[in-house]
Amino acid sequence: MKISINGVATEVTATSLDAILQEAGYGDLRVATAVNGNFVPVGQRSTCQIEAGDAVEIVAPRQGG
Amino acid sequence: MRWKLSHRGKEGEMNSFYGVKLPTAFMLGTANYPSPAILDAAFRQSQASVATVSVRREAAGARAGEGFWRLIRELGVQVLPNTAGCHTASEAVTTAHMARELFDTNWIKLEVIGHSDSLQPDPFGLVEAATILCRDGFKVFPYTTEDLVLADRLLDAGCEVLMPWGAPIGTGLGLINPYGLRSLRAQYPHVPMVIDAGLGLPSQAAQAMEMGFDAVLLNTAVAKAGDPVAMACAFANAIKAGQLAKTADPMEPRDMAEPSTPLIGKAFLQ
Repeated sequence: MKISINGVATEVTATSLDAILQEAGYGDLRVATAVNGNFVPVGQRSTCQIEAGDAVEIVAPRQGG
Repeated sequence: MRWKLSHRGKEGEMNSFYGVKLPTAFMLGTANYPSPAILDAAFRQSQASVATVSVRREAAGARAGEGFWRLIRELGVQVLPNTAGCHTASEAVTTAHMARELFDTNWIKLEVIGHSDSLQPDPFGLVEAATILCRDGFKVFPYTTEDLVLADRLLDAGCEVLMPWGAPIGTGLGLINPYGLRSLRAQYPHVPMVIDAGLGLPSQAAQAMEMGFDAVLLNTAVAKAGDPVAMACAFANAIKAGQLAKTADPMEPRDMAEPSTPLIGKAFLQ
C-alpha cells in the first residue's frame, strides 16, 4: 500500500507502525513518530495499524533555538 | 491560580524553574553554529545551564540525530526541547509529545507562531496548547510577549514560568519595549521569567538581568557572531554582571546633577 513517510510517497508491505519503521530502514534509530498528526508512543507502535493514504512522521533530535 | 505557588526564591537568589535550581541564568540555543565543534566550544565557554533543542524529520539510516544528541548529552546541561515552527496548538502539542519521548524530559519551550514575518506568538493558540500540555504533565515554558492579559491566561493554564520576547526572533534588536517588560516583571514578581529571543549584544542581556528577569535565552547572537566562542563568553560575563547589579540594589536615577566629590573643604580660589 502507498503511504506518506515524512512527506514522501512510499510503498510498504507492512501494516503495523513498528514493522513499517523496520521496512523503511529506521531499524534501531532514536526516533519519535506521529500518524496523521497524532503522536504514537514507542510502546504503541506494534499495535498501531497503518492504512493506505496515512501520513507517518518520523523525527529525531536536532539543533534548535 | 497555581502561579501563586511558583518557585521564585528570596530577593537576590537564583530562581528555580519548576523546582530546578539552575547554576547560571544563561540558556543557550544549539542552532546555526558554523560546526558541531564550535557549538561544543561555545557552550563550554558560556557556562549555560540549559540547551534548547528541536525535533525534525529524520531520513532512514541518516543517524544525524544520534550524533547531535550525543554531543548535547556530553555537555551535561538541562535540555529544553522546543516546538519551533508550529503554527497551530495541535501541531505544537504533537511536537511536544514527540520531544518528550526523544529527550526524556517534561520541559517544553512552547512556541505557537501566529505571524510569519515577525514570528510573533499566536496568543490564542499558545493558551490552548499550554492548557493541554500542562494537563498532560508537561512543564511548559511559553514563548510569549510582554502582554499582561496573555501572561495571566498562561498562568491560569498552569504555566509556572513565562518567557517574554525581547524582540522578534533572530533580529538582535534587544529589549524593544522596556516599559512593557518592566510592567510584566512588576505585575508578577513571584513568577520566574526568562527573556527569550531578540537579543543581539551582551549589554542587552545585562539590561534584562538588571530589570529583574531570572534568565535569558538566546541563540543567534552567539551562533552568528564572527567568533561564537568569544561571544558566548561575553554573554556569560554580561549576564553575571547584570544579575549581580540587580542584587546590589542600583541607585535611583535623578534628573538634576549632584556632585559626587564633596564641596566641603574645597580651596577658596579667586
